[in-house]
Amino acid sequence: MERRPEVGELLDLAESVVGLAVAGEQLEVVVVHERETEARAYGGEVESLTVAESRGVGVRVVSGNQQGFAYTGTLDRDAVEEALAEARDNMSFATPDEYCGVAEPDGVAPADLDLYSLALPGHPTDDKVAMALELERLTLSADERIIGIESAEYSDSVSEAAVATTTGIRSTSRETGCFLSVYALAGQHGETQTGFGFSLGREPGDLDIEIASREAAERATRMLGAVKPPSGRLTVVLDPWVSAQFLGIVGGTLSGEMVQKGRSLFAERLGDNVAAPGVTLIDDPTDMCAFTASATDGEGLATRRNVLIDGGRLDRFVHNSQTARRAGTVSTGSAVRGYSSTPGAGVRAVSVVPGTLSQADLVAGIDDGILIQGVSGLHSGVNPVSGDFSTGAEGIRIRGGQLAEPVREFTIASTIQRMLLDIEAIGCDLQWLPMKAAGVTLVIGELTISGT
Amino acid sequence: MHADNDGAPLMLSPDVLSETLTTATGTGAEFAEVFVEDRRSISALFDDGRVEELTSGRDRGAGLRVVVGDTTGFAHTADLSPSGLTAAAEAAAAAARGGGGGICRVVLDQHTGPTPGPVEIMPGDVSKARKVALLERADSAARASDGAVTQVAVRYADSHRRIQVANSDGLLTGDRQVRTLFSVSCVASGDMGMQTGRESIGHTLGFEVFDEVDVEDLARRAAGRALLKLEAVPAPSGEMPVVIGPGGGGVLFHEACGHGLEADLVAKSASVFAGRRGEVVAAPIVTLVDDGTMPGEWGRYAIDDEGRPAQRNVLIDEGVLTDYMWDHLRARREGRASSGNGRRQGYRHLPMVRMTNTYLGVGDSDPDEIIADTTHGVYVAQLGGGQVNTATGDFVFGMTEAYMIEDGRLTNPIRDGNLIGNGPQTLLDIDAIAGDFAMGSPGTCGKDGQGVPVGDGTPTLRVTRLTVGGTAA
Repeated sequence: MERRPEVGELLDLAESVVGLAVAGEQLEVVVVHERETEARAYGGEVESLTVAESRGVGVRVVSGNQQGFAYTGTLDRDAVEEALAEARDNMSFATPDEYCGVAEPDGVAPADLDLYSLALPGHPTDDKVAMALELERLTLSADERIIGIESAEYSDSVSEAAVATTTGIRSTSRETGCFLSVYALAGQHGETQTGFGFSLGREPGDLDIEIASREAAERATRMLGAVKPPSGRLTVVLDPWVSAQFLGIVGGTLSGEMVQKGRSLFAERLGDNVAAPGVTLIDDPTDMCAFTASATDGEGLATRRNVLIDGGRLDRFVHNSQTARRAGTVSTGSAVRGYSSTPGAGVRAVSVVPGTLSQADLVAGIDDGILIQGVSGLHSGVNPVSGDFSTGAEGIRIRGGQLAEPVREFTIASTIQRMLLDIEAIGCDLQWLPMKAAGVTLVIGELTISGT
Repeated sequence: MHADNDGAPLMLSPDVLSETLTTATGTGAEFAEVFVEDRRSISALFDDGRVEELTSGRDRGAGLRVVVGDTTGFAHTADLSPSGLTAAAEAAAAAARGGGGGICRVVLDQHTGPTPGPVEIMPGDVSKARKVALLERADSAARASDGAVTQVAVRYADSHRRIQVANSDGLLTGDRQVRTLFSVSCVASGDMGMQTGRESIGHTLGFEVFDEVDVEDLARRAAGRALLKLEAVPAPSGEMPVVIGPGGGGVLFHEACGHGLEADLVAKSASVFAGRRGEVVAAPIVTLVDDGTMPGEWGRYAIDDEGRPAQRNVLIDEGVLTDYMWDHLRARREGRASSGNGRRQGYRHLPMVRMTNTYLGVGDSDPDEIIADTTHGVYVAQLGGGQVNTATGDFVFGMTEAYMIEDGRLTNPIRDGNLIGNGPQTLLDIDAIAGDFAMGSPGTCGKDGQGVPVGDGTPTLRVTRLTVGGTAA
């Protein structure tokens, strides 16, 4: 519908705004352009097809140790200049802070990552729609107990971004991603259970409709007949989908910004043993396998591999340029942001170093436990400041080393601190998921189950 | 561009909109719609003892929707020129793939419609300095309440959203929606680690909100909540009676049945409440209402994002399921009217069925007696967010201020955690509702990746049995 700007044009725009800086003023301009397609199937028809194009510019101004910010959801020159004027005005209300400032080039070369597939932008929309329809059809026919599909969709995005600053940063990035997801409804004897499946990649050819549909059907049907388990303390096995969410929360507590603002439970614990000795946690946005991989961060610096926990010992927090200055260190290339916000400091692609056993091998070694395949309410029951951890859960009971009956409508609870120390085993099944962490089967020694 | 005025604000001319809709329906679509939005916002954050930043934002654009058969095509553009709109209309029509019908000129009939909510002091007319001053006052009050308060973050945010909706049925209408939000988050530190406390207020009003709301009092309450939890014991584990304080229980209904009463999920049989209209689904003391017209409340609007006037909809009347919530498309398929629940996060998104302000009607129990009558259980004074699987009805919600009830008295505060229940069962297990109604904190409801502002409210109530997800035996 509109001509798609080249990433070079985004950088030209950013540079031209940076050129408006007055003496003694630092400017940082972030320009983002994204095109998304989403096709949803329902009942054998195309339920909706969305072609969306988003663009925006964020302008950060620093002068006299004060910072101001404004953004606009368009690349129009007038609107961008209005944002610059607003950012300057906003700056005058900020409390001076000696650590304020945009990033300075640090000489680290961005990793050479191939995150952009030329095959995606030109891929026919008809084929994308066909994939959504096929995903629904295959999921429905995967098992006779699949009685419906809540949603079956194909989505993709092609995005480009540029960052330019008065300090000489000139950064561009572009990436493609596509995603299939399906939620299946399984039914038997008047009972309904749900399960999801997905597949992701850089281009449509990476997607596997078969796997996504089969996983959704399996996850839904294996929950049929689920009962509420009794309360108690049990060994818990976290499925990769669940452990990735847990590790993402842990990664969030290791943000230099949270630490400096007294909101991290690990603030005073650098050098301490905070996890079981076998746990090494790494944030590596340069790992091409990560769906969230990126060669540059939100300030235009190169991302890098950061070991956060090394053999159980807390080794490092992640920083953007401002939190690094405050901490007397250098940025770890961990500025995270969109065009509508100033950079925070955070992890982007967290994983633990995997072990050697499969999930089945790990389950075989457990006499009495639960395999957790889904959690809910992570935003409401996990407090990353106090460390309290409590979530709704569903899964499969483990008895005598075998998967037994499905269980639902219970919670699992502990504290983040305790859970890291209680990691008894790590699976070999590392899997990158559409979130800022990879999943791997984790065995946690003891959690409290609240059921009947 | 037409100027903003006190009535329905007109942003694009009827001629341009009519032309765009004619393009959109040109290939035989049965329904087409233009949604125009212009949103300005300001957010100011006071954190770590200083004014950290002021952020200004502006988003302006149009979303074009074209429906052919069961297929919806959607495209959007930030380019509001006639050529930009035409391009988006063609893209949406191509996505919906019309079957080549003739040209059908769309004639728009401007609706006077309900007037936008009254705003006495437009946020844009208030200096940034006055907004920042509120932050400093709240920060000082929170820190002054106790030396154990180690961190405070205070946020002020306002937004001014103008929308315009025109569709191929000839509708042309608009609204002006102003929102003001203020929140305080505190961290307190003690021997057993850190705890958090939060308070927030949000209204569809302007700066006059602060004539009523004392930000220092709000800050002291947030600090008090964090301080209280420094002494908190681990939450219990297992099934027990749960009493929820006034204003606190809205999230429970939002999750236990609100989402399950959204017609889009019902139509796909992805709700445990599908096919149950007219049936008893809750205890007879339960009357649940979703009301987009509540003056000043966070989920209030004059028209929804499809141009339908907001309504008061009774969902459950004395235990009987009376109706679901509807957007235009679902209602159209059923040959009925929308209930005014078609909402979207912004012009880049398709509308869908969403709640507005969801509340439980009052009962005749005495709140103190409800507690006195509970031998062993949990009292939840403030709930966090929640989540539901509408197909199974299993839902969770968090507690961010709660106490043990022992022998009919509130005793120890307990640490944060989730509670879990099953919606249809929980609605039947409500055995007491008091008369002390209050609205809860402003919320953002997420569905399919879109967030919209929602409100909720309840009197004190008791559920005879919910599972509390703590760690204590």
